[in-house]
Amino acid sequence: MSDKLEIKDLLADSTTSRVTFTLDSSLDSVNKVEQTAEEQAARAGFDEDTISHIAMAVREATVNAVLHGNAYDPGKHITASFETTTDSLIIRIADQGPGLNHEHIPDPLAPENILRGSGRGIFLIRNFMDEVNFRQLHPGTELTLIKHRTPAQPGT
Amino acid sequence: MSMKVQTRQVDGITILDLSGRITLGEGSVTIRDAVRDVLAKGSNKILLNLGDINYIDSSGIGELVSAFTTVRNSGGELKLLNLTKKVHDLLQITKLYTVFDVKDDEASAIAAFTK
Repeated sequence: MSDKLEIKDLLADSTTSRVTFTLDSSLDSVNKVEQTAEEQAARAGFDEDTISHIAMAVREATVNAVLHGNAYDPGKHITASFETTTDSLIIRIADQGPGLNHEHIPDPLAPENILRGSGRGIFLIRNFMDEVNFRQLHPGTELTLIKHRTPAQPGT
Repeated sequence: MSMKVQTRQVDGITILDLSGRITLGEGSVTIRDAVRDVLAKGSNKILLNLGDINYIDSSGIGELVSAFTTVRNSGGELKLLNLTKKVHDLLQITKLYTVFDVKDDEASAIAAFTK
């Protein structure tokens, strides 16, 4: 895997940090980004259930980037960045694909869709994160996933 | 990381004991192949034991739904057994918990199949 790790701003203070990866469009990359999400969420002080929800949301976003965005194209990359601020964990996943019209994603809970074999990824992301934003790149799509750190958690 | 499947027969029901992760590129294809194999052998009453599934993603959920509809369309029945909390919660969130017939113990699951 020809991944490139770029630590842009890793502060000595463990409560705020930023790390960015550029990765191949592969399932190995999905697993790596998911694992990083788990580590970053743990480091930010989230509880066990929330850590697994964040990791799953990030996995779903990365699968979308690799599979639907870049369509496993070896010439295209994904980028994943993790930023921990005093308020939030902010994760950005970007692909170089044709773009995603997120306003026209079918509701997976609708009776006509409930037995579909796919189409639940973005629904789960929205369920598990506090904020989800889509941004059109040229080319590609960037998803920003935000989970707020509550005041009760350490380091805030 | 990957998923394993072991197959047993109890009272004419095929039980697939699954363990590991059901995710894109790992368990999803394994489940599809395992269910196809069972149907190809002429059995269409399948109990998926998910007691040792510690992780499932949206692709894995989709694969469970596809397995359910494939078996149902062949005139058979597919039930789920021993959901872990994570899988249970995901099926609740996606409103699939009531679509599947979910059982907590093997004996009552076996008894619940149409004889």
